Amino acid sequence: MTESDIIVTGIGGQGVLTLANVIAWSALREGLDVKTSELHGLAQRSGTIPCHVRFGEKIYSPLVLEGKANLIIGLEPLEALRACYYGSKKNKTVFLINSYEVIPLSIFVAKEKYPSLNYIINALKSFSANVITLDASEKVKNTTGGIISTNIYILGYASAKKLIPLKKQSILKGMKEVIPKRYLELNKKVFDLGFKAGQ
Amino acid sequence: MQFNRKTIDKGKGEVIIIDMSEKILLNENGMKIILLGNEAIVRGALESGVGFASTFPGTPTSEIGDTFAKVANKVGIYFEYSTNEKVALEGAAGAALSGVRSTVSFKQYGLNVSSESAFPLAYVGVRAGMVIVVADDPSCWSSAQSEQDSRYYARLGHIPMLEPANSQECKDFTKIAFDLSEKFNLPVFLRLTTRVSHTRGVVTLGRIVKGRTKGKFLKDSIKFRNFPPYIIETHKELHRKLEAIRRISEEIEINFFVNEDVKNDLGIIASGVSFNYVMDALDHLKMNLPVFKLGLTYPIPEEKIRNFIKNLKSILVVEEIEPILEKSINSLAKDVNPELRVFGRSGYLPTAGELTEEAILLTISKITGKKLDYDLIAHKEDYNKLKIARRFPLMCPGCPHRATFFATKSATGEDTTFIGDIGCYILGIFPPFETQDIIFSMGASEGLIHGIKKVSDQKVIAFIGDGTFFHAGIPALINTVFNKSNPLIIILDNRTTAMTGHQPNPTVGVTGMGDQTKAIAIEDIVKACGVENVKVVDSFNVKEMEKTVGEFLQNDKVSVIVAKRECQLLAVRRKRREGKAIPKFNIDKSRCNGCGICLYQLGCPAISVENGVFDINEDLCTGCAVCVRICPKRAIKVVR
Repeated sequence: MTESDIIVTGIGGQGVLTLANVIAWSALREGLDVKTSELHGLAQRSGTIPCHVRFGEKIYSPLVLEGKANLIIGLEPLEALRACYYGSKKNKTVFLINSYEVIPLSIFVAKEKYPSLNYIINALKSFSANVITLDASEKVKNTTGGIISTNIYILGYASAKKLIPLKKQSILKGMKEVIPKRYLELNKKVFDLGFKAGQ
Repeated sequence: MQFNRKTIDKGKGEVIIIDMSEKILLNENGMKIILLGNEAIVRGALESGVGFASTFPGTPTSEIGDTFAKVANKVGIYFEYSTNEKVALEGAAGAALSGVRSTVSFKQYGLNVSSESAFPLAYVGVRAGMVIVVADDPSCWSSAQSEQDSRYYARLGHIPMLEPANSQECKDFTKIAFDLSEKFNLPVFLRLTTRVSHTRGVVTLGRIVKGRTKGKFLKDSIKFRNFPPYIIETHKELHRKLEAIRRISEEIEINFFVNEDVKNDLGIIASGVSFNYVMDALDHLKMNLPVFKLGLTYPIPEEKIRNFIKNLKSILVVEEIEPILEKSINSLAKDVNPELRVFGRSGYLPTAGELTEEAILLTISKITGKKLDYDLIAHKEDYNKLKIARRFPLMCPGCPHRATFFATKSATGEDTTFIGDIGCYILGIFPPFETQDIIFSMGASEGLIHGIKKVSDQKVIAFIGDGTFFHAGIPALINTVFNKSNPLIIILDNRTTAMTGHQPNPTVGVTGMGDQTKAIAIEDIVKACGVENVKVVDSFNVKEMEKTVGEFLQNDKVSVIVAKRECQLLAVRRKRREGKAIPKFNIDKSRCNGCGICLYQLGCPAISVENGVFDINEDLCTGCAVCVRICPKRAIKVVR
């Protein structure tokens, strides 16, 4: 079989690492080889470093080759744009973007410009076969009162749309391995919410 | 030892345990779990019967210590966060000299600090296995400072070195390193790079072995007394040991061939994480080339390499950072194949930055003419045309360093120079503060400011963090007193080692194993060093800080301000745990005159402006109230 190459990106605190880790454990539960690459320390303080997840029969590199991603999950639109070179039209990349914007300080102190969502979506189109935007944070906030489990909503949506080639059961098992017990029920609820939205 | 077994479903091999420290302690031989490279090192040490582990936290190795901290009590071994890497290495050496297996870990710069003791350790040898884990940071993703290639230390110090490429190898190589160390009574290096330390991968577990935690140092009339003329003998002995290990490297299974039988003019030699990029590049190019993968990279298997290269026309050497293997292979080629073309990091592959599959793929393409089915370079050029606003690394909302920087900047003029140091406050390099005009190494700010003040009358302020002060700041502070200099030093005491993941340091009163210990107050040490002008100021008290900085800059003797305030991440977590509310603020639009001090000068990430209207994002605000104190119009109010 061929490998699945996924990029998860966003900013610190949005659950990028958790989401990547859930996908990794889900793949292991299907008996697949899996690698993820993440960065800590100085890199973590910026939160702009994409996390790579690759699974398949045998995985060597922890990093996705530029242009080869099957799926790019952007928990924040600008960060999806920053990581878009991992996608390409040729490899039919799908972008799954949360429309919740987090404005970087550079906009104010270095007079840079936060692009419009339209600019971002148009740019992403030339690196992909399909761009899906979701107002995931808003949906999650309406249901749970906070935006913290937006990542899991998107996971549910991606699962329903079959954008991650793993069984729903395996993904639920992956969640059990990674998400602390006291938050598991809430996250399952949010996963179902996303799953329904994707059906 | 206690291991949690009840949650394991044997039939499906499922583990439903959330806490990673429990996963890492599963004593289920043959079970597959996902581990970070750093966690796999710890697992390898536990499967080797390690009894003593020490570290000074430094990314990309921080999780090695943090994982030991979580499991040490449970498995009954000793672990500590030492005050610096040299002390950490000496502690581990003392244990190994007393017959207890030990390991020490640090980042590349930490090896520099520890090297003064690592070299004699190789001379005197160890009595139980000792593994020194060092991680380099190609591309400086996580530790800034330098793209140091620590493999030179193996050559400089006569210390064998292994380089794992993934989490499974991290575990397996740790075990091999312990055995090799014990067999030759030599410390052994494990060299990691960021993409090994911070990659998660599948690891097949072995059995945890309960090792010795108690030993005894037995005197030897000459062996451990590193003193001439015996040193000359031990130096000779070191060379004999390295030659014996070289013979092992010819046979050891971690130096292996892929596609050995494929006949081609081009061959590849690879080590560490870049081996993975080679394998994927060949797959993406739909090529088979013979590859020699080196796991034991010092000493190298010279015979095997000679045999491999003697019939090739060219060889590509793929390694992280400097062309070290490449140069060795160049000299081996002189004997057996002088016509051989050697491609590597002297120019064909990038001479700086981490290697990538892209770089390797393009180089193989260039050598062989075989192309990928799309144009990688054009693809990246399309990307580079996009306009993407930067997102600087930031101090967190509510970070006490932000308040200290704000006060220091407003108390001084444009003519002030700021000497930086290593820690979260390094992020003061970015706008709006730019309070890191020089950045060197741990503790260097105090030495640098001393030299500048000796030769100039400039306005200069040095910043240094609490962990950094304990690491290397104390001797430098004494030097300023002893040699009568007059710098202003601000010690940023946020009650933790924050940047690497909140490890306890001597200010905290708790050890790495969670035991109560004496909390050491920085101001007491500063006074004991002979500094007369010392003041402790709450970092959030901006007015007091401004006043103190202004006054202390006038002093003709060394002055120290201890800016004390707990790291806001810890403070928020503690408040949540205690069920205390975190206050939220908003801006009274009728009072706000749009001066923008809170955004443009304080640079709080929770504050933003749209169409001239300033606002606070409640999701990001941590309730530090510094903005409330600095707002000239008193427009920021608590809402709950």
